[in-house]
Amino acid sequence: MTTTEHNSADDFATPRRDRLRRAFFRFSQSKLSMLGAAIVAVVIFFTVFGAVLAPYPNHVAGGVDTASRFIPPSAAHPFGTNELGQDVLSLVMAGTTVSVLAGFGVVLIGSVIGTLVGAVAGFARGWVDEVLMRLTDLTLTIPGLILAMAIAAALGSGFGNMVIAIALSWWPGYARLVRGEVLAAREEVYVTAARALGATPKRILFRHILPNVVSPIIVKMSLDMGFAILTVAGLGFIGIGVRPPTPEWGTLLSISRSYMPDYWWTAMAPGMAMFLAVFGFNLLGDGLRDILDPKARR
Amino acid sequence: MLHFILRRLLLLIPVIVGLTIIMFAIARLLPGDPVALAAGPNATQAEIAALAVEYGLDQPIWVQYGHYVSGLVHGDLGTSLLTRRPVAADIKAYLPATLELVFAAMFIAVAVGIPLGLVTAVWRNRWPDYLAQVGAIGAISMPRFFLGLLLQLCFAMWLMWLPLGGRLPIVVIPPRFVTGFLTIDSLIAGNWNAFFMSLRHLALPAIAMSLSPLATIMRMMRASTIEVMQQDYVMTARALGLPSRKIITKYVARNAVSATLTVIGLYFGWLLGGTVLVETVFDWPGLGLYATKAIVSQDMMPVIGVALVIGLLFVFANLVIDLLYGVINPKVRYS
Repeated sequence: MTTTEHNSADDFATPRRDRLRRAFFRFSQSKLSMLGAAIVAVVIFFTVFGAVLAPYPNHVAGGVDTASRFIPPSAAHPFGTNELGQDVLSLVMAGTTVSVLAGFGVVLIGSVIGTLVGAVAGFARGWVDEVLMRLTDLTLTIPGLILAMAIAAALGSGFGNMVIAIALSWWPGYARLVRGEVLAAREEVYVTAARALGATPKRILFRHILPNVVSPIIVKMSLDMGFAILTVAGLGFIGIGVRPPTPEWGTLLSISRSYMPDYWWTAMAPGMAMFLAVFGFNLLGDGLRDILDPKARR
Repeated sequence: MLHFILRRLLLLIPVIVGLTIIMFAIARLLPGDPVALAAGPNATQAEIAALAVEYGLDQPIWVQYGHYVSGLVHGDLGTSLLTRRPVAADIKAYLPATLELVFAAMFIAVAVGIPLGLVTAVWRNRWPDYLAQVGAIGAISMPRFFLGLLLQLCFAMWLMWLPLGGRLPIVVIPPRFVTGFLTIDSLIAGNWNAFFMSLRHLALPAIAMSLSPLATIMRMMRASTIEVMQQDYVMTARALGLPSRKIITKYVARNAVSATLTVIGLYFGWLLGGTVLVETVFDWPGLGLYATKAIVSQDMMPVIGVALVIGLLFVFANLVIDLLYGVINPKVRYS
């Protein structure tokens, strides 16, 4: 957690706030991490306010304007209009909400399931570990996108179903990560101390071990955010996911495909939005890994 | 070594059993009625029931599973409700297209990514390295289907250098089926026209698929090269006055590649399951497109079959990678 220049006694005395400040300083030294943080801040801003700030809110709500179909990019419509005469920029701004919230939902649910499975497996060991990890390996061998597609198709369309479908193919990575961390942590002195004080296994796992393995989980979550957004968009692109008129980047892109190459601008805004959001989260994730998980630094 | 391979192959059996159980469980979750969907909108109740009996779908799930497993032993993967053809035959027809695409993408990724990783490690912390690092994160962040769309727009629609999609133009007669890889089959048949045509069709989807593994392989290679360059034997070679090009290509590269191999193996499986989106964009008649069509019409047998085949190929690819370690690094022992 702390830099190597300090000896352990010094570390021990360092209040948490100081360490956080130092971590933040190191993070801010990396221009790329700051760029990532800035992009992510913009993306989160649009997640919350995108639909409100959209220049044509009635288009977001599903309104059409057939008189102005396929207008090329102009001052009034910076990214043109689509086959229904809707402003592409407005749709993409509003689409941030679904894409980012779904991505966050996937990572959150996936990490909670994976952490529970991995923690129990690593802590209990023996046959519980064996059964849980074989299940994890098995899920890993099923192609994630196909598994997510199959579950999403089985559950039916809709935001929640899509998130659950992807999350159910997302947890094995966390299970493996957390199991490894818990296996290492359970040999630490503080665990022996807690056991000597008579703490129950449940308390040792949830109050002592898990808080100590939380940094790699957070790092993985931030690195996964981008890929989760990509997967959500991929499902939308194939046509499994939220249904129009709810704007979603992948669906917007898939509709615009039918109007290539004449009306190419309809694809640019959703595609670039996806790229930028994922790029931002990946830069941020890399930066967070460098400060929270120095062992993984290359 | 033979013992090692045999034991690893035996491990495939629990994988097969587990995979089929998971996929059957998902099929059971289906709230829709795939039989009614396959029978068509005008089918009567009796016709739907007859179809269900014909495909054994009226029986309890464990009986269906039992039938499936006993068929599996004979290489039978069930029958697709949608195409009314055996799934095994469908997969045999579509798998080579997907494999050809994945191999082509992997070839580009390895051929460009490994040298690029070496070079950026040698140029560490100078501007070409920074540029490559940012470019790599950009490449990983690029949605493959958007990249595919951009490539199509640019090279197929505006410049018209390369075809829009598919594996061969309709007017070209495909070569006789040997491997199923159109590039290789046309070479075997000595048909140069078909060879160049199939190569041109392969180019754009393969590039769209290759970008993200290329970036990952480059980053992995850079990291392991930097690590290897700090080893004592590299210092010794330098002290002995060996030219630095020889040190890099002969000693550093070989040792750095073995760490990168794991990533290549993992990516192979990941690409196999990830062709879906690129195949959709380029209308590439592979497993991904086949599975997508089946999933949309809730036809579960093909989905189970595809998941099974890809899962097995994934395990198999990792076995090959483990064996390759021994080729590259003779110190590796199989036990």
